[in-house]
Amino acid sequence: MFEKIAFYLEYPFVRYALIVGILIALCSSLLGVTLVLKRFSFIGDGLSHVAFGAIAIASVLKLTNNMFLVLPVTIISAILLLRTGQNAKIKGDAAIAMISVGALAFGYLLMNIFSTSSNLSGDVCSTLFGSTSILTLTEKEVWLSAVLSFVVIVIFVLFYNKIFAVTFDENFAKAIGTATNAYNLLIAVIIAVIIVLAMNLVGSLLISALVIFPALSAMRLFNSFRSVTICSALLSVTCAFLGIMISILAGTPVGSTIVAVDVAGFAFCCLGGFVRTRLG
Amino acid sequence: MALLTVTDLSAGYDSHAVVKDLNFTVNTGDYLCVVGENGSGKTTLMKTLLHLQDPVSGKILIGDGLNQNEIGYLPQQSDVQKDFPASVSEIVLSGCQARCGLRPFYNKKEKKLAKENMERMGITSLANKSYRELSGGQQQRVLLARALCATRKLLLLDEPVAGLDPVVTGEMYDLIASLNRDGVSIIMISHDVSAAVRYGSHILHIGDSAFYGTKDAYLNSSEGKAFLLQQKGQVG
Ligand SMILES: Nc1ncnc2c1ncn2[C@@H]1O[C@H](COP(=O)(O)OP(=O)(O)OP(=O)(O)O)[C@@H](O)[C@H]1O
Ligand SMILES: [Mg+2]
Repeated sequence: MFEKIAFYLEYPFVRYALIVGILIALCSSLLGVTLVLKRFSFIGDGLSHVAFGAIAIASVLKLTNNMFLVLPVTIISAILLLRTGQNAKIKGDAAIAMISVGALAFGYLLMNIFSTSSNLSGDVCSTLFGSTSILTLTEKEVWLSAVLSFVVIVIFVLFYNKIFAVTFDENFAKAIGTATNAYNLLIAVIIAVIIVLAMNLVGSLLISALVIFPALSAMRLFNSFRSVTICSALLSVTCAFLGIMISILAGTPVGSTIVAVDVAGFAFCCLGGFVRTRLG
Repeated sequence: MALLTVTDLSAGYDSHAVVKDLNFTVNTGDYLCVVGENGSGKTTLMKTLLHLQDPVSGKILIGDGLNQNEIGYLPQQSDVQKDFPASVSEIVLSGCQARCGLRPFYNKKEKKLAKENMERMGITSLANKSYRELSGGQQQRVLLARALCATRKLLLLDEPVAGLDPVVTGEMYDLIASLNRDGVSIIMISHDVSAAVRYGSHILHIGDSAFYGTKDAYLNSSEGKAFLLQQKGQVG
Protein backbone atom coordinates (compact mmCIF):
# COMPACT_ATOMS: atom_id res chain seq x y z
CA MET A 1 0.00 0.00 0.00
CA PHE A 2 2.82 2.43 0.84
CA GLU A 3 4.27 1.86 -2.60
CA LYS A 4 0.96 2.81 -4.05
CA ILE A 5 0.85 5.98 -1.95
CA ALA A 6 4.41 6.85 -2.96
CA PHE A 7 3.44 6.23 -6.55
CA TYR A 8 0.55 8.63 -6.32
CA LEU A 9 2.61 11.26 -4.52
CA GLU A 10 4.79 11.48 -7.65
CA TYR A 11 1.93 13.28 -9.33
CA PRO A 12 1.84 17.04 -8.72
CA PHE A 13 -1.97 17.12 -8.64
CA VAL A 14 -1.99 14.73 -5.70
CA ARG A 15 0.53 16.81 -3.83
CA TYR A 16 -1.45 19.97 -4.57
CA ALA A 17 -4.62 18.34 -3.35
CA LEU A 18 -2.94 17.31 -0.10
CA ILE A 19 -1.40 20.73 0.57
CA VAL A 20 -4.56 22.66 -0.22
CA GLY A 21 -6.79 20.12 1.50
CA ILE A 22 -4.83 20.27 4.73
CA LEU A 23 -4.62 24.08 4.75
CA ILE A 24 -8.33 24.41 4.13
CA ALA A 25 -9.16 21.85 6.79
CA LEU A 26 -7.03 23.79 9.27
CA CYS A 27 -8.72 27.12 8.47
CA SER A 28 -12.23 25.78 8.55
CA SER A 29 -11.75 24.15 11.94
CA LEU A 30 -10.49 27.36 13.58
CA LEU A 31 -13.75 29.24 13.54
CA GLY A 32 -15.85 26.13 14.11
CA VAL A 33 -16.18 26.68 17.84
CA THR A 34 -17.23 30.28 17.37
CA LEU A 35 -19.81 29.35 14.76
CA VAL A 36 -21.28 26.52 16.80
CA LEU A 37 -21.48 28.59 19.96
CA LYS A 38 -22.87 31.70 18.35
CA ARG A 39 -25.55 29.43 16.89
CA PHE A 40 -24.29 30.24 13.44
CA SER A 41 -23.79 26.60 12.49
CA PHE A 42 -26.01 27.05 9.48
CA ILE A 43 -24.36 30.19 8.27
CA GLY A 44 -21.73 28.02 6.64
CA ASP A 45 -24.46 26.22 4.77
CA GLY A 46 -26.19 29.40 3.70
CA LEU A 47 -23.02 31.06 2.52
CA SER A 48 -21.93 28.06 0.54
CA HIS A 49 -25.20 28.17 -1.35
CA VAL A 50 -24.64 31.84 -2.05
CA ALA A 51 -21.19 30.94 -3.34
CA PHE A 52 -22.82 28.31 -5.54
CA GLY A 53 -25.10 30.97 -7.02
CA ALA A 54 -22.11 33.22 -7.60
CA ILE A 55 -20.23 30.42 -9.35
CA ALA A 56 -23.22 29.93 -11.62
CA ILE A 57 -23.17 33.61 -12.51
CA ALA A 58 -19.44 33.49 -13.07
CA SER A 59 -19.75 30.53 -15.41
CA VAL A 60 -22.56 32.23 -17.34
CA LEU A 61 -20.36 35.32 -17.70
CA LYS A 62 -17.53 33.00 -18.73
CA LEU A 63 -15.10 34.45 -16.18
CA THR A 64 -11.78 32.66 -16.27
CA ASN A 65 -11.12 33.00 -12.56
CA ASN A 66 -14.43 32.87 -10.77
CA MET A 67 -12.79 33.55 -7.37
CA PHE A 68 -12.91 37.30 -8.07
CA LEU A 69 -16.69 37.27 -8.27
CA VAL A 70 -17.42 34.54 -5.74
CA LEU A 71 -15.31 35.91 -2.91
CA PRO A 72 -16.77 39.45 -2.76
CA VAL A 73 -20.34 38.20 -3.16
CA THR A 74 -19.89 35.70 -0.35
CA ILE A 75 -18.25 38.25 1.94
CA ILE A 76 -21.09 40.71 1.43
CA SER A 77 -23.68 38.01 2.13
CA ALA A 78 -21.83 36.99 5.29
CA ILE A 79 -21.91 40.55 6.56
CA LEU A 80 -25.61 40.88 5.74
CA LEU A 81 -26.44 37.56 7.40
CA LEU A 82 -24.61 38.44 10.61
CA ARG A 83 -26.39 41.79 10.63
CA THR A 84 -29.86 40.29 10.34
CA GLY A 85 -28.90 37.71 12.93
CA GLN A 86 -28.56 40.57 15.38
CA ASN A 87 -31.69 42.51 14.63
CA ALA A 88 -34.76 40.61 15.52
CA LYS A 89 -37.13 41.54 12.68
CA ILE A 90 -36.24 38.48 10.62
CA LYS A 91 -34.78 35.74 12.74
CA GLY A 92 -31.23 34.79 11.84
CA ASP A 93 -32.18 31.19 11.02
CA ALA A 94 -34.99 32.21 8.73
CA ALA A 95 -32.84 34.77 6.93
CA ILE A 96 -30.16 32.18 6.31
CA ALA A 97 -32.69 29.67 5.02
CA MET A 98 -34.20 32.26 2.70
CA ILE A 99 -30.91 33.39 1.23
CA SER A 100 -29.43 29.92 0.92
CA VAL A 101 -32.38 28.27 -0.77
CA GLY A 102 -32.92 31.30 -2.97
CA ALA A 103 -29.30 31.35 -4.13
CA LEU A 104 -29.31 27.63 -4.77
CA ALA A 105 -32.43 27.78 -6.93
CA PHE A 106 -31.27 30.87 -8.76
CA GLY A 107 -27.85 29.38 -9.44
CA TYR A 108 -29.24 26.15 -10.84
CA LEU A 109 -31.72 28.06 -12.96
CA LEU A 110 -28.98 30.22 -14.45
CA MET A 111 -26.79 27.23 -15.17
CA ASN A 112 -29.70 25.48 -16.81
CA ILE A 113 -30.72 28.36 -19.03
CA PHE A 114 -27.33 29.59 -20.13
CA SER A 115 -25.07 26.61 -19.88
CA THR A 116 -23.35 25.49 -23.06
CA SER A 117 -21.83 22.48 -21.37
CA SER A 118 -23.02 19.08 -22.55
CA ASN A 119 -22.65 17.65 -19.07
CA LEU A 120 -24.80 20.00 -17.04
CA SER A 121 -25.73 17.65 -14.24
CA GLY A 122 -22.09 16.67 -13.90
CA ASP A 123 -21.11 20.33 -13.52
CA VAL A 124 -23.77 20.94 -10.93
CA CYS A 125 -22.90 17.79 -9.07
CA SER A 126 -19.25 18.68 -8.83
CA THR A 127 -20.06 22.19 -7.56
CA LEU A 128 -22.35 20.74 -4.94
CA PHE A 129 -20.19 17.87 -3.84
CA GLY A 130 -16.76 19.08 -4.95
CA SER A 131 -16.28 15.68 -6.53
CA THR A 132 -13.05 16.16 -8.42
CA SER A 133 -12.19 19.83 -8.50
CA ILE A 134 -9.62 19.42 -5.75
CA LEU A 135 -7.71 17.05 -8.02
CA THR A 136 -7.76 19.43 -10.95
CA LEU A 137 -6.29 22.49 -9.27
CA THR A 138 -3.83 24.52 -11.28
CA GLU A 139 -0.65 25.83 -9.71
CA LYS A 140 -2.13 29.33 -9.59
CA GLU A 141 -5.18 28.15 -7.68
CA VAL A 142 -2.96 26.29 -5.26
CA TRP A 143 -1.03 29.49 -4.56
CA LEU A 144 -4.20 31.52 -4.14
CA SER A 145 -5.65 28.99 -1.70
CA ALA A 146 -2.38 28.74 0.20
CA VAL A 147 -2.05 32.51 0.56
CA LEU A 148 -5.68 32.95 1.63
CA SER A 149 -5.39 30.12 4.16
CA PHE A 150 -2.23 31.61 5.55
CA VAL A 151 -3.89 35.02 5.93
CA VAL A 152 -6.86 33.44 7.70
CA ILE A 153 -4.61 31.59 10.13
CA VAL A 154 -2.52 34.67 10.93
CA ILE A 155 -5.61 36.80 11.51
CA PHE A 156 -7.12 34.14 13.72
CA VAL A 157 -4.01 33.90 15.88
CA LEU A 158 -3.68 37.67 16.19
CA PHE A 159 -7.33 38.14 17.12
CA TYR A 160 -7.71 34.95 19.12
CA ASN A 161 -8.33 36.73 22.44
CA LYS A 162 -10.79 39.18 20.91
CA ILE A 163 -12.68 36.39 19.17
CA PHE A 164 -12.90 34.55 22.47
CA ALA A 165 -14.22 37.63 24.28
CA VAL A 166 -16.82 38.38 21.62
CA THR A 167 -17.94 34.76 21.38
CA PHE A 168 -18.08 34.05 25.08
CA ASP A 169 -20.07 37.07 26.21
CA GLU A 170 -20.73 39.71 23.62
CA ASN A 171 -22.66 42.04 25.93
CA PHE A 172 -19.90 42.12 28.49
CA ALA A 173 -17.28 42.71 25.84
CA LYS A 174 -19.31 45.59 24.47
CA ALA A 175 -19.94 47.03 27.93
CA ILE A 176 -16.24 47.23 28.73
CA GLY A 177 -15.49 48.98 25.46
CA THR A 178 -14.49 46.23 23.03
CA ALA A 179 -15.42 47.08 19.46
CA THR A 180 -17.72 44.09 19.13
CA ASN A 181 -19.26 45.20 15.85
CA ALA A 182 -15.88 45.43 14.19
CA TYR A 183 -14.92 41.96 15.43
CA ASN A 184 -18.23 40.47 14.34
CA LEU A 185 -17.54 41.92 10.92
CA LEU A 186 -14.08 40.42 10.94
CA ILE A 187 -15.52 37.02 11.88
CA ALA A 188 -18.04 37.29 9.03
CA VAL A 189 -15.33 38.08 6.50
CA ILE A 190 -13.11 35.23 7.66
CA ILE A 191 -16.03 32.82 7.49
CA ALA A 192 -16.78 33.90 3.93
CA VAL A 193 -13.18 33.39 2.85
CA ILE A 194 -13.10 29.96 4.47
CA ILE A 195 -16.34 28.94 2.78
CA VAL A 196 -15.08 29.94 -0.65
CA LEU A 197 -11.84 28.08 -0.03
CA ALA A 198 -13.57 25.00 1.23
CA MET A 199 -15.86 24.79 -1.77
CA ASN A 200 -12.90 23.44 -3.70
CA LEU A 201 -12.40 20.70 -1.22
CA VAL A 202 -15.79 19.35 -0.28
CA GLY A 203 -18.24 21.27 -2.45
CA SER A 204 -20.99 23.53 -1.23
CA LEU A 205 -23.28 20.94 0.34
CA LEU A 206 -20.72 19.47 2.70
CA ILE A 207 -18.96 22.60 3.96
CA SER A 208 -20.87 22.81 7.22
CA ALA A 209 -19.57 19.37 8.08
CA LEU A 210 -15.99 20.51 7.60
CA VAL A 211 -16.57 23.52 9.84
CA ILE A 212 -18.67 21.94 12.56
CA PHE A 213 -17.57 18.34 13.09
CA PRO A 214 -14.01 18.99 14.33
CA ALA A 215 -15.28 21.63 16.79
CA LEU A 216 -18.07 19.40 18.10
CA SER A 217 -15.66 16.48 18.44
CA ALA A 218 -13.11 18.55 20.34
CA MET A 219 -15.80 19.91 22.65
CA ARG A 220 -16.53 16.36 23.75
CA LEU A 221 -12.98 15.93 24.98
CA PHE A 222 -11.79 19.29 26.25
CA ASN A 223 -13.00 22.05 28.53
CA SER A 224 -11.03 25.16 27.74
CA PHE A 225 -11.36 27.29 24.63
CA ARG A 226 -7.69 27.00 23.83
CA SER A 227 -7.51 23.22 24.04
CA VAL A 228 -10.74 22.84 22.08
CA THR A 229 -9.37 25.08 19.34
CA ILE A 230 -6.05 23.25 19.13
CA CYS A 231 -7.68 19.83 19.26
CA SER A 232 -10.20 20.66 16.55
CA ALA A 233 -7.43 21.98 14.29
CA LEU A 234 -5.41 18.78 14.73
CA LEU A 235 -8.46 16.59 14.23
CA SER A 236 -9.53 18.42 11.12
CA VAL A 237 -6.08 18.19 9.54
CA THR A 238 -5.79 14.50 10.34
CA CYS A 239 -9.23 13.73 8.97
CA ALA A 240 -8.58 15.71 5.79
CA PHE A 241 -5.30 13.89 5.21
CA LEU A 242 -6.82 10.48 5.81
CA GLY A 243 -9.85 11.34 3.72
CA ILE A 244 -7.82 12.46 0.73
CA MET A 245 -5.57 9.39 0.92
CA ILE A 246 -8.48 7.01 1.21
CA SER A 247 -10.29 8.66 -1.67
CA ILE A 248 -7.24 8.36 -3.90
CA LEU A 249 -6.59 4.75 -2.98
CA ALA A 250 -10.20 3.64 -3.09
CA GLY A 251 -11.35 5.94 -5.87
CA THR A 252 -14.14 7.49 -3.79
CA PRO A 253 -15.24 11.14 -4.10
CA VAL A 254 -12.87 13.38 -2.10
CA GLY A 255 -15.36 15.62 -0.32
CA SER A 256 -17.70 12.98 0.98
CA THR A 257 -14.80 10.76 2.04
CA ILE A 258 -13.31 13.55 4.14
CA VAL A 259 -16.67 14.23 5.74
CA ALA A 260 -17.15 10.52 6.41
CA VAL A 261 -13.79 10.43 8.19
CA ASP A 262 -14.84 13.52 10.17
CA VAL A 263 -18.02 11.75 11.24
CA ALA A 264 -16.01 8.72 12.31
CA GLY A 265 -13.73 11.06 14.29
CA PHE A 266 -16.76 12.54 15.99
CA ALA A 267 -17.97 9.07 16.98
CA PHE A 268 -14.55 8.29 18.47
CA CYS A 269 -14.53 11.55 20.43
CA CYS A 270 -18.02 10.88 21.80
CA LEU A 271 -16.81 7.50 22.95
CA GLY A 272 -13.68 9.09 24.45
CA GLY A 273 -15.71 11.73 26.27
CA PHE A 274 -18.08 9.07 27.61
CA VAL A 275 -15.24 6.89 28.88
CA ARG A 276 -13.55 9.89 30.45
CA THR A 277 -16.61 11.02 32.40
CA ARG A 278 -17.18 7.42 33.52
CA LEU A 279 -13.61 7.03 34.74
CA GLY A 280 -13.09 10.57 36.01
CA MET B 1 -18.11 67.75 36.07
CA ALA B 2 -19.62 64.44 37.17
CA LEU B 3 -18.67 61.00 35.91
CA LEU B 4 -22.23 60.40 34.74
CA THR B 5 -24.98 62.96 34.42
CA VAL B 6 -28.38 61.55 33.59
CA THR B 7 -31.11 63.97 32.53
CA ASP B 8 -34.76 63.09 31.88
CA LEU B 9 -33.77 59.57 30.94
CA SER B 10 -36.40 57.03 29.94
CA ALA B 11 -35.21 53.50 29.30
CA GLY B 12 -37.07 50.53 27.87
CA TYR B 13 -37.57 48.31 24.87
CA ASP B 14 -38.77 49.21 21.37
CA SER B 15 -39.63 52.79 22.36
CA HIS B 16 -41.76 51.49 25.23
CA ALA B 17 -40.37 53.07 28.40
CA VAL B 18 -40.03 50.87 31.48
CA VAL B 19 -38.51 53.59 33.66
CA LYS B 20 -39.32 57.24 33.03
CA ASP B 21 -37.81 60.65 33.67
CA LEU B 22 -34.80 59.77 35.75
CA ASN B 23 -32.44 62.52 36.85
CA PHE B 24 -29.29 61.75 38.79
CA THR B 25 -25.54 62.20 38.80
CA VAL B 26 -22.68 59.93 39.75
CA ASN B 27 -19.55 61.74 40.93
CA THR B 28 -16.12 60.24 41.23
CA GLY B 29 -16.00 58.32 44.48
CA ASP B 30 -19.77 57.86 44.78
CA TYR B 31 -21.33 54.55 45.74
CA LEU B 32 -24.80 54.57 44.22
CA CYS B 33 -27.23 51.82 45.15
CA VAL B 34 -30.20 51.24 42.86
CA VAL B 35 -33.18 49.65 44.58
CA GLY B 36 -36.68 48.78 43.47
CA GLU B 37 -39.03 45.86 43.05
CA ASN B 38 -38.70 43.04 40.53
CA GLY B 39 -39.44 44.26 37.06
CA SER B 40 -39.13 47.93 37.96
CA GLY B 41 -36.45 48.39 35.30
CA LYS B 42 -33.16 48.35 37.21
CA THR B 43 -31.39 46.03 34.79
CA THR B 44 -32.83 47.94 31.85
CA LEU B 45 -31.45 51.17 33.28
CA MET B 46 -28.00 49.66 33.79
CA LYS B 47 -27.86 48.32 30.24
CA THR B 48 -28.82 51.74 28.96
CA LEU B 49 -26.08 53.36 31.02
CA LEU B 50 -23.62 50.92 29.43
CA HIS B 51 -24.84 51.72 25.90
CA LEU B 52 -25.94 48.13 25.42
CA GLN B 53 -29.30 49.56 24.39
CA ASP B 54 -30.42 52.99 23.26
CA PRO B 55 -32.33 55.26 25.64
CA VAL B 56 -35.98 55.79 24.75
CA SER B 57 -35.45 59.47 25.45
CA GLY B 58 -33.21 61.70 27.53
CA LYS B 59 -29.48 62.02 27.83
CA ILE B 60 -26.53 60.34 29.49
CA LEU B 61 -23.53 62.63 29.69
CA ILE B 62 -20.14 61.17 30.42
CA GLY B 63 -17.55 63.35 32.11
CA ASP B 64 -14.33 63.35 34.12
CA GLY B 65 -12.50 61.83 31.15
CA LEU B 66 -14.26 58.50 31.69
CA ASN B 67 -13.61 56.04 28.91
CA GLN B 68 -15.79 53.06 28.11
CA ASN B 69 -12.77 50.79 28.56
CA GLU B 70 -12.39 51.85 32.19
CA ILE B 71 -15.73 50.39 33.21
CA GLY B 72 -16.29 47.02 34.85
CA TYR B 73 -19.64 45.25 34.61
CA LEU B 74 -21.26 42.31 36.30
CA PRO B 75 -24.38 41.24 34.39
CA GLN B 76 -27.41 39.87 36.24
CA GLN B 77 -27.91 37.06 33.84
CA SER B 78 -25.14 36.41 31.46
CA ASP B 79 -25.89 35.39 27.90
CA VAL B 80 -23.18 32.81 28.33
CA GLN B 81 -24.23 29.52 26.82
CA LYS B 82 -24.35 26.47 28.97
CA ASP B 83 -22.09 24.30 26.84
CA PHE B 84 -19.37 26.84 26.14
CA PRO B 85 -15.93 25.28 26.63
CA ALA B 86 -14.00 27.88 28.61
CA SER B 87 -11.81 27.57 31.67
CA VAL B 88 -12.12 29.88 34.65
CA SER B 89 -8.76 31.52 34.01
CA GLU B 90 -9.61 32.21 30.36
CA ILE B 91 -12.83 33.94 31.41
CA VAL B 92 -11.27 36.05 34.14
CA LEU B 93 -8.47 37.09 31.80
CA SER B 94 -11.01 38.18 29.19
CA GLY B 95 -11.94 40.97 31.61
CA CYS B 96 -8.60 42.56 30.71
CA GLN B 97 -9.62 42.67 27.05
CA ALA B 98 -10.42 46.36 26.97
CA ARG B 99 -7.04 47.22 28.48
CA CYS B 100 -5.33 45.63 25.50
CA GLY B 101 -6.82 47.84 22.85
CA LEU B 102 -5.50 46.48 19.59
CA ARG B 103 -2.61 44.59 21.15
CA PRO B 104 -3.27 40.91 20.33
CA PHE B 105 -2.02 39.19 23.49
CA TYR B 106 -2.24 39.81 27.22
CA ASN B 107 0.91 41.07 28.90
CA LYS B 108 2.43 40.00 32.24
CA LYS B 109 0.73 42.78 34.16
CA GLU B 110 -2.71 41.74 32.94
CA LYS B 111 -2.07 38.09 33.71
CA LYS B 112 -0.97 39.07 37.21
CA LEU B 113 -4.09 41.19 37.66
CA ALA B 114 -6.28 38.25 36.65
CA LYS B 115 -4.46 36.04 39.15
CA GLU B 116 -4.90 38.56 41.96
CA ASN B 117 -8.60 38.90 41.28
CA MET B 118 -9.03 35.14 41.26
CA GLU B 119 -7.34 35.05 44.65
CA ARG B 120 -9.59 37.83 45.91
CA MET B 121 -12.65 35.84 44.91
CA GLY B 122 -11.23 32.58 46.26
CA ILE B 123 -11.35 30.76 42.96
CA THR B 124 -7.66 30.15 42.38
CA SER B 125 -8.13 26.43 42.88
CA LEU B 126 -10.76 26.42 40.14
CA ALA B 127 -8.51 28.15 37.58
CA ASN B 128 -8.33 25.25 35.14
CA LYS B 129 -11.86 24.00 35.72
CA SER B 130 -14.51 24.34 33.11
CA TYR B 131 -16.99 27.16 33.69
CA ARG B 132 -19.91 24.93 32.70
CA GLU B 133 -19.15 22.52 35.53
CA LEU B 134 -19.28 25.09 38.33
CA SER B 135 -22.10 25.77 40.79
CA GLY B 136 -24.15 28.95 40.39
CA GLY B 137 -22.33 30.71 43.23
CA GLN B 138 -18.94 29.74 41.86
CA GLN B 139 -19.91 31.04 38.44
CA GLN B 140 -20.98 34.32 40.02
CA ARG B 141 -17.55 34.65 41.62
CA VAL B 142 -15.84 34.00 38.29
CA LEU B 143 -17.87 36.74 36.63
CA LEU B 144 -17.09 39.07 39.53
CA ALA B 145 -13.37 38.43 39.16
CA ARG B 146 -13.74 39.20 35.46
CA ALA B 147 -15.59 42.44 36.25
CA LEU B 148 -12.84 43.45 38.67
CA CYS B 149 -10.25 42.94 35.92
CA ALA B 150 -12.08 45.40 33.71
CA THR B 151 -12.62 48.02 36.41
CA ARG B 152 -10.48 51.10 36.57
CA LYS B 153 -12.79 54.01 37.33
CA LEU B 154 -16.34 52.75 37.48
CA LEU B 155 -17.90 49.42 38.42
CA LEU B 156 -21.50 48.51 37.63
CA LEU B 157 -22.90 45.55 39.50
CA ASP B 158 -26.28 43.95 38.86
CA GLU B 159 -27.15 42.03 42.03
CA PRO B 160 -23.59 41.00 42.86
CA VAL B 161 -24.45 38.86 45.86
CA ALA B 162 -27.23 36.81 44.28
CA GLY B 163 -26.34 33.16 44.80
CA LEU B 164 -23.45 33.78 47.19
CA ASP B 165 -23.33 32.22 50.64
CA PRO B 166 -23.52 34.56 53.69
CA VAL B 167 -19.78 34.51 54.38
CA VAL B 168 -18.83 35.37 50.81
CA THR B 169 -21.64 37.93 50.69
CA GLY B 170 -20.08 39.78 53.62
CA GLU B 171 -16.63 39.57 52.03
CA MET B 172 -18.09 40.79 48.76
CA TYR B 173 -19.59 43.91 50.32
CA ASP B 174 -16.31 44.63 52.12
CA LEU B 175 -14.39 44.20 48.89
CA ILE B 176 -16.66 46.60 47.01
CA ALA B 177 -16.38 49.10 49.87
CA SER B 178 -12.59 48.89 49.77
CA LEU B 179 -12.55 49.39 45.99
CA ASN B 180 -14.73 52.42 46.57
CA ARG B 181 -12.27 53.77 49.16
CA ASP B 182 -9.52 53.34 46.57
CA GLY B 183 -11.38 55.76 44.32
CA VAL B 184 -13.50 53.46 42.14
CA SER B 185 -17.04 54.71 41.74
CA ILE B 186 -19.74 52.07 42.18
CA ILE B 187 -23.25 51.64 40.83
CA MET B 188 -24.86 48.60 42.42
CA ILE B 189 -28.29 47.12 41.99
CA SER B 190 -29.42 45.31 45.09
CA HIS B 191 -32.53 43.90 46.68
CA ASP B 192 -30.80 44.03 50.03
CA VAL B 193 -31.90 47.48 51.16
CA SER B 194 -30.26 47.19 54.56
CA ALA B 195 -26.90 46.62 52.82
CA ALA B 196 -27.68 49.44 50.40
CA VAL B 197 -28.18 51.95 53.17
CA ARG B 198 -25.20 50.62 55.11
CA TYR B 199 -22.64 50.80 52.28
CA GLY B 200 -24.04 53.21 49.71
CA SER B 201 -23.46 56.94 49.67
CA HIS B 202 -26.44 57.63 47.42
CA ILE B 203 -29.65 55.78 46.73
CA LEU B 204 -31.71 55.65 43.55
CA HIS B 205 -35.11 54.12 44.12
CA ILE B 206 -37.09 53.34 41.02
CA GLY B 207 -40.70 52.26 40.88
CA ASP B 208 -44.06 53.98 41.11
CA SER B 209 -42.42 56.95 42.78
CA ALA B 210 -38.78 57.58 42.07
CA PHE B 211 -36.26 58.90 44.55
CA TYR B 212 -32.70 60.03 44.18
CA GLY B 213 -30.55 61.47 46.93
CA THR B 214 -28.04 60.73 49.64
CA LYS B 215 -28.51 57.79 51.92
CA ASP B 216 -29.60 59.97 54.86
CA ALA B 217 -32.17 61.76 52.77
CA TYR B 218 -33.47 58.38 51.62
CA LEU B 219 -33.90 57.10 55.17
CA ASN B 220 -36.08 60.11 55.94
CA SER B 221 -38.08 60.01 52.71
CA SER B 222 -41.49 58.43 52.38
CA GLU B 223 -40.24 55.97 49.72
CA GLY B 224 -37.35 54.87 51.90
CA LYS B 225 -39.43 54.41 55.03
CA ALA B 226 -42.09 52.45 53.20
CA PHE B 227 -39.59 50.21 51.41
CA LEU B 228 -37.54 49.50 54.52
CA LEU B 229 -40.65 48.69 56.50
CA GLN B 230 -41.88 46.37 53.79
CA GLN B 231 -38.55 44.52 53.71
CA LYS B 232 -38.48 44.21 57.50
CA GLY B 233 -41.96 42.79 57.39
CA GLN B 234 -40.81 40.11 54.95
CA VAL B 235 -37.82 39.17 57.09
CA GLY B 236 -39.54 39.26 60.51
N1 LIG C 1 -35.62 42.00 26.29
C1 LIG C 1 -36.76 42.58 26.73
N2 LIG C 1 -37.70 42.97 25.85
C2 LIG C 1 -38.84 43.57 26.27
N3 LIG C 1 -39.14 43.81 27.57
C3 LIG C 1 -38.24 43.43 28.50
C4 LIG C 1 -37.00 42.80 28.13
N4 LIG C 1 -36.31 42.55 29.27
C5 LIG C 1 -37.07 42.99 30.28
N5 LIG C 1 -38.23 43.52 29.84
C6 LIG C 1 -39.29 44.13 30.67
O1 LIG C 1 -38.79 45.31 31.25
C7 LIG C 1 -39.22 45.43 32.59
C8 LIG C 1 -38.03 45.70 33.50
O2 LIG C 1 -37.14 44.61 33.47
P1 LIG C 1 -35.78 44.65 34.26
O3 LIG C 1 -35.05 43.41 33.92
O4 LIG C 1 -35.10 45.93 33.99
O5 LIG C 1 -36.24 44.59 35.78
P2 LIG C 1 -35.39 44.58 37.10
O6 LIG C 1 -35.75 45.80 37.86
O7 LIG C 1 -33.96 44.38 36.79
O8 LIG C 1 -35.97 43.31 37.86
P3 LIG C 1 -35.25 42.22 38.77
O9 LIG C 1 -35.28 42.75 40.15
O10 LIG C 1 -36.13 41.02 38.65
O11 LIG C 1 -33.91 42.00 38.24
C9 LIG C 1 -39.97 44.14 32.93
O12 LIG C 1 -41.34 44.44 32.96
C10 LIG C 1 -39.67 43.22 31.80
O13 LIG C 1 -40.80 42.45 31.48
MG1 LIG D 1 -32.60 42.92 37.07
